[in-house]
Amino acid sequence: MAVAALEQEIMSLRKRRQLYSLIGVLLVIGVVVSGYSKSNSMNSGGFFQGLSQFFDYPSEIVVEAWQSGPAFFGIMAGFLPAMLETLNIAAVATLIGGALAVVLAMASSRNVDSWGPLIPVTRRLMDITRAFPELIIALFLIFILGSSPVPAMIAVALHTAGALGKLFSEVNENIDRKPIEGLSACGANWLQRIRYGVMPQVAPNYLSYFLLRLEINVRASAILGFVGAGGIGQELRRTIGWGQGAGDETAAIFVLLFITIMIIDQVSSYLRGKLVGSDRAH
Amino acid sequence: MAIDTLDAPVIDHERVFERVQRRAWITIAAPLAVIAYLTYTWFAFGVPELLERAQPDRAVILATDSVAYKVHVVKDFRRDEVDVAIEGERTATYAPDDYPDWVVVDGERIEVDLGQGYLVEIAGQTARFTVPGYGTIVSTAVADGVETQLPPGPVPEWLRDDPRKLDARPSLDRRVQVTRTKIEVHNYFGGWENFWFPFNSQLHGMSIGQLYALALSGDRLDPQTSNLWFIVNEFLENPDWQHGHVFVALFETIMMAVLGTITAAAFGLPLAFLAAKNFTPSLILRFTTRRLFDFLRGIDMLIWSLIFIRAFGLGPLTGALAIAFTDTGSLGKLFSEALENIDNKQVEGVRATGASQLQRYRFGVIPQILPVFVSQVLYFLESNTRSATVIGALGAGGIGLVLVETMKTSRDWENTTYIIIMTIVVVIAMDQLSSWLRRKLIEGK
Repeated sequence: MAVAALEQEIMSLRKRRQLYSLIGVLLVIGVVVSGYSKSNSMNSGGFFQGLSQFFDYPSEIVVEAWQSGPAFFGIMAGFLPAMLETLNIAAVATLIGGALAVVLAMASSRNVDSWGPLIPVTRRLMDITRAFPELIIALFLIFILGSSPVPAMIAVALHTAGALGKLFSEVNENIDRKPIEGLSACGANWLQRIRYGVMPQVAPNYLSYFLLRLEINVRASAILGFVGAGGIGQELRRTIGWGQGAGDETAAIFVLLFITIMIIDQVSSYLRGKLVGSDRAH
Repeated sequence: MAIDTLDAPVIDHERVFERVQRRAWITIAAPLAVIAYLTYTWFAFGVPELLERAQPDRAVILATDSVAYKVHVVKDFRRDEVDVAIEGERTATYAPDDYPDWVVVDGERIEVDLGQGYLVEIAGQTARFTVPGYGTIVSTAVADGVETQLPPGPVPEWLRDDPRKLDARPSLDRRVQVTRTKIEVHNYFGGWENFWFPFNSQLHGMSIGQLYALALSGDRLDPQTSNLWFIVNEFLENPDWQHGHVFVALFETIMMAVLGTITAAAFGLPLAFLAAKNFTPSLILRFTTRRLFDFLRGIDMLIWSLIFIRAFGLGPLTGALAIAFTDTGSLGKLFSEALENIDNKQVEGVRATGASQLQRYRFGVIPQILPVFVSQVLYFLESNTRSATVIGALGAGGIGLVLVETMKTSRDWENTTYIIIMTIVVVIAMDQLSSWLRRKLIEGK
């Protein structure tokens, strides 16, 4: 008797679960279909009309790049300083943001004996810096400081501090507390406990996240250049704004950006793989 | 074995010494390298010049303007009229019999009381500006400029006395300007003016209680529509704040993020099977799919958006497709790694019951990667909401474009502040929604 009742119970639960899954899937499909039709009507150009033009622009710049022949590599080399500037923005922002993130992380996890009242404050601080899109801070600072790489750097660094701080504090939560206890047993102060008890445990993970962030920040800095923060983005805006005729330059920037991002991607995933001790990393 | 280890110690003291020394070197060299690099970038970015060129006063004006509004009192000599208007806008002009108390018009004389002893008296083409602690500035507009008499003593910093224009701003919230053609007095007040309803709307200045009563009452303000709809419409159509416009832009941005992420997930998952070692034995197929992922990711959102803007024009579709293309690469890579990591025992168990290929995937594989799938998609949704604002600024539309446009015109900083606040609210709301869904779906809480 009891078994039959149980079976019935399980069957009804399973049915309900299937119903929920069905509703969920239908909901997602509904959102996608209505969303695409809605955005198709909101867009200034339609989807099918755009589809036929999709390859127009890429092929146009490819043709122009092809026509310029070997000089194309010269054009690409000409954009290297701008690319370097973008890389500098990303690197400095990641360094400064990363340093801030370490401080924030050490002040916001119970596991490393942070000062209690400070924990919620630093956590909210990280939430806020993470929520601000880089674009807003960059535009704001460009208005005050003028067009220059520094606003982008500050904007990216602030966002990095919040984003990395959260990841770092999650790493902190998972460490082994025994070294810390051992150190405090022999009278180490807080800084010494962090230096000798926590840092050796978390350093590989920190570095791995740091590299991942560097990768993301290179992309972000390139985009911020487009709104006036210097670097490769600004060059791209210039060449695209010219419309016809600058296609070879635009293509050169695209290729340069693509190669740089690929190299950084591969190097960082190789290094991260070594750091966290597996052949793949994400 | 024990004797062996005694004979040749695995760790001899020289190697230990060497390693410690290398560590010490790194500890000193790494910070030095970082400092050297930062010094180099300090000059490469031109920070010293930047600090010279920076306009901190702009920041102050901006900060004041974003939380305050000003009322202009303008006497125009050419048209010979007096205008009292919020932000000097034609649509927000006070009627002559309805001036605020601090403006008194008595025939040709106008008295503007700026509070705390600051007083402007305008008679004919002469303005007398009394500043406590300094004295009275008398300025007259003449045919070829302005004639000004200042109190004796050094000219303070807040005063610009030019033969063509007098500009006095003794405090941040009071300003008097005299030119050949007009006298203009600005009085600043805290708050956002006309936030809910436009100045000339029938609803201007009503309290929530009054609005509530109005919405429920039967007498229609506008015979065409119901009162509730009228109120909503007046609010959305507010010309100064353009609430409707901002809301549509926010909606567009959210739509870009949601559509882009779902599309990327829908294409990334099947492709991930093709890129995973344990599902696709063919090396060529696997290699091609992986390079496709790298290609999609490497092109970057910036380039994808620029290409899509050319093809599809302005709008949410452009942004959604740019996000979808980039993230198909990123999500596909993540999913294929998750697929390579699954436990094969479950699949074998399902196979032992005689399940077909499709059933093995459905009951052996999908349940294992579902948590990774859901949590990664939600993480991407979160970060894509931010990305969508940025793509918008490149020209794809949405709130990013609205923000860039308002900032460029820098007409009213309170508008910019409003848009920034709304953007951040939306970003935080999406963050919360995604972490709530993650908890709900994965941990089952």
